[in-house]
Amino acid sequence: MIFRQAVWSEPLIFEIGFDGRVGFTPPHLDEEIIRVVGEFKLPEEVSRGEPPNLPSLSEVEVVRHFVRLSQMSYGVDVGPVPLGSCTMKYNPKVALKYAFHEKLAYLHPLIDDDYVQGLLEIVYRLERWLEAITGMDYCSVHPAAGAHGELAGALIIRRYHELRGAISVKKEILVPDSAHGTNPATGTMAGFKVVEVPTDGKGNIDVEALRSAVSESTAGLMITNPSTLGLFDENMVEVARMIHGVDGLLYYDGANLNGLLGYARPGDMGVDILHLNLHKTFSSPHGGGGPGAGPVCVKRKPVIGDLTLVDLTPGYRVVFDKEAGGYRVIEPGGSSVGLLRAWLGNVSQLIWAYTYIASMGSQGLRVAGEVSVINTNYFVKRLLSETKLYTLPYDPGRPRKHEAVISVENMKRETGVTAEDVAKGLLDVGLHAPTIYFPLIVSEALMIEFTESETKENIDAYVERLKEIERVALENPGEARRWPQNTSVTRVDNVKANHPKTVTPTWRVKTLREKGVIGPLK
Amino acid sequence: MLGYLGVEDVLELYRDIPDGVRFSPEDWDKLPIGFGRPLSEVEVSRHMDELFSRINAPRIPPFMGGGVWPHYVPEAVRYIVSRAEFLTAYTPYQAEVNQGLMQALFEYQSLVAELLEMDVVNCSMYDWSSALGEAMLMAMRVTGRKVFLVPETMNPRHRRVAETYVKPHGGVLADIRVDREAGHIDMGDLSSKLSGDVAAVYIEYPHYTGVIDVNVGHIGDLSHRAGALYIMGVEPVSMAILKPPGRLGADIVVGEGQPLGLGLNYGGPYLGIFAVRWDGSLVRNMPGRIIGLTEDALGRRAFAMILQAREQFIRRAKATSNITTNEALMAIAAASYLSLLGKTGLEELAKHIWYKSHYAARKLSEIKGVEAPLLKGEFIMDFTVRTPVEASKLKEGLKRLGIIAGIPLGGLAWFTGMDLLLTVTEVHSREDIDMLVSSVESLVRR
Repeated sequence: MIFRQAVWSEPLIFEIGFDGRVGFTPPHLDEEIIRVVGEFKLPEEVSRGEPPNLPSLSEVEVVRHFVRLSQMSYGVDVGPVPLGSCTMKYNPKVALKYAFHEKLAYLHPLIDDDYVQGLLEIVYRLERWLEAITGMDYCSVHPAAGAHGELAGALIIRRYHELRGAISVKKEILVPDSAHGTNPATGTMAGFKVVEVPTDGKGNIDVEALRSAVSESTAGLMITNPSTLGLFDENMVEVARMIHGVDGLLYYDGANLNGLLGYARPGDMGVDILHLNLHKTFSSPHGGGGPGAGPVCVKRKPVIGDLTLVDLTPGYRVVFDKEAGGYRVIEPGGSSVGLLRAWLGNVSQLIWAYTYIASMGSQGLRVAGEVSVINTNYFVKRLLSETKLYTLPYDPGRPRKHEAVISVENMKRETGVTAEDVAKGLLDVGLHAPTIYFPLIVSEALMIEFTESETKENIDAYVERLKEIERVALENPGEARRWPQNTSVTRVDNVKANHPKTVTPTWRVKTLREKGVIGPLK
Repeated sequence: MLGYLGVEDVLELYRDIPDGVRFSPEDWDKLPIGFGRPLSEVEVSRHMDELFSRINAPRIPPFMGGGVWPHYVPEAVRYIVSRAEFLTAYTPYQAEVNQGLMQALFEYQSLVAELLEMDVVNCSMYDWSSALGEAMLMAMRVTGRKVFLVPETMNPRHRRVAETYVKPHGGVLADIRVDREAGHIDMGDLSSKLSGDVAAVYIEYPHYTGVIDVNVGHIGDLSHRAGALYIMGVEPVSMAILKPPGRLGADIVVGEGQPLGLGLNYGGPYLGIFAVRWDGSLVRNMPGRIIGLTEDALGRRAFAMILQAREQFIRRAKATSNITTNEALMAIAAASYLSLLGKTGLEELAKHIWYKSHYAARKLSEIKGVEAPLLKGEFIMDFTVRTPVEASKLKEGLKRLGIIAGIPLGGLAWFTGMDLLLTVTEVHSREDIDMLVSSVESLVRR
């Protein structure tokens, strides 16, 4: 395979342009306005004096600069991005027109409901669809990303115990050791103590260990199922029973929902609260790190009196007013955990997910899930049967779901070639690497998720490259350490990037350091 | 592929899902998801066109701000963020193949750093309000204190979000009085409340009311003397003409990047700005991703994600935040917007908005019974208005005349039901403003 990524030695935006150039100007300022208002002036205490130190460029310079930068970037539209737990599926283009629709530009979030009936219908129906997909009773599209949805969920757990007068006891959130790092971080952000629970030899939560970890202090448990190992947790029902037994709530991290589509719903497994990632399972594009959308869903579980978990959900609510025959946005009620952001939700991402689900229907989503599972297992079987140094830890006989975690521990031991080297070897032929060194319970981990979007040909090409990498590792491991050569730069120096004397988060730090104004980061 | 796997039915790949939990595919297919069957693109497109026909974008952009504002989105910005390599990329975990994306994000950080004269900027938070929530959590970690002093006229939605974030940790927001004449912070009241419990003082710059507080520098001094951090919340366009937070003693700056080429989008996606000054205890306590400059193995300039020991995937329960997916594409939009306008363009835009908002206020103040601006301090973009008509009724009346204007202020601090926050930007022509003024006049006279 031949691959050469664009190599533009593109200067920083501060290093190009010329004083006096401009790429966009405001409209003409009416002389009448100047006449009425008089001279521009600001109180001295708050006046900047001189303009900010921004570059001066024409429109063509700006466009070329960013187009060149885009050519040194890699997304799903360029090739497979099988990052495990990221579910990088193709983003169908029919949504582009609507997600970026010019009508949205001047829709202030406080505009009256009657201007945005079509949009509210999208939000309302999307929430109902997500409820049917997950088996939950209410979904709110308020959170901006998966971790934001997790925070919403953890705050609901907190609120639940507050309202039941038990928060002084319910201080702990349990998190399996295979969990995404966001889960423990979320527990802390919501004011809980995080207690880690080990995974058993089959890749399920260790039920015996869980039994000793569960106590009256347990506020809830955050589970990811299928786990980050790509395995369905066979102890799920038992886990739910144990958590509910101490009046804890079961939280489900929906990052891996693709592995269940069509065959199981978290709402049927004892889950009380979950979040989804629309930028994963529901195909809104990831934008190089967002925007995402992380709806939070709950069961109508009683809290106290007439209150249920639905009353605790965050954010504004879109309701259908039968009498008025239209949709309305209402403020969160008094029992809600409140607002997690100022406004409704990441609307363009919601539109994207809406068109995806509308296109697929229930059948299409089931087939998507099936194909993603078939892709994973096909890949695993081919790789394991045609290589020696790749292994599949945790119950290798069990089918994987949306993703699989391969270990190159043997490769490292026998040849010195690491998971990072393997990743760079993939980049070198134009294939994006999997997630590496995660989950933490697998050493030298390659966490791979092709999704339903990848063709058999691409999976075969991936296997062939991994075979080639194994051959190089055995015959010439030194070569592996020099990968990648065909990307726009070679291996990046992370030590220099982070050293207190050289760490450079902005152009400003670079220039101030060169002038001797600032020293090392202390 | 099934043949290769030795599997007759795909169901076998789901055999480990226990009975009672497993859904039958037949039942699944009947669930009310979508429209009963897959739709062709032709059908989806038609359906979406119908829904969008029931979105009535106003002819005159709304005279509404209050934390997000109507601004023109240059086509070049739309074009750049539509580039597939940016739009469909994941977070750049593999640096070598995503240098362009990382450079764009580094440039966003750098451009905002110049605008604010702050040294370190992360590559984005969800929006202003959640950035503020995280800044307050950070201030609690840095100072070990729990009280936040905020202006009584603070953006009420931002306040609610901040409370959501700090409450689980015992954080409390307390009001600083605001002078009813000028709309500036009551410095005596601030001084009397700056006790040893105060983690940070938070000031919007400009205030939610549009007022540019002349005390912003002094507030920083007082806060520091009391051992509190100084958090400023900014609207970025006005920073082109306002003394930057870096010169006013700000320790943390948050703000809304929405004005920088994002559009209003009925609530999101937006862009939370988050910046700190060059101090290890602040930088190492920051939330969010940061892209840094480094070199590759051949000594060429390169970019990497830096200071990751703060982040969830390494620190887990000890991370500074759980934030992962942020608003990277919106940061690229802001970077291209700031590059297009540049040094002179952004300053010209800020002055343009200053002029137009002052023009609107001046014209409104000529109407008998109307006070505009109600708060007399210097202002930009947003300003307060009091009319003899109830604010919600005035809004209704304007709507019938085809004008969307104002956010009622009743319920906030001492504001009454007759008070309104109005907003004027570059998207409003003089004719638009004149029409707003004459419409208000006709409603007030009635």
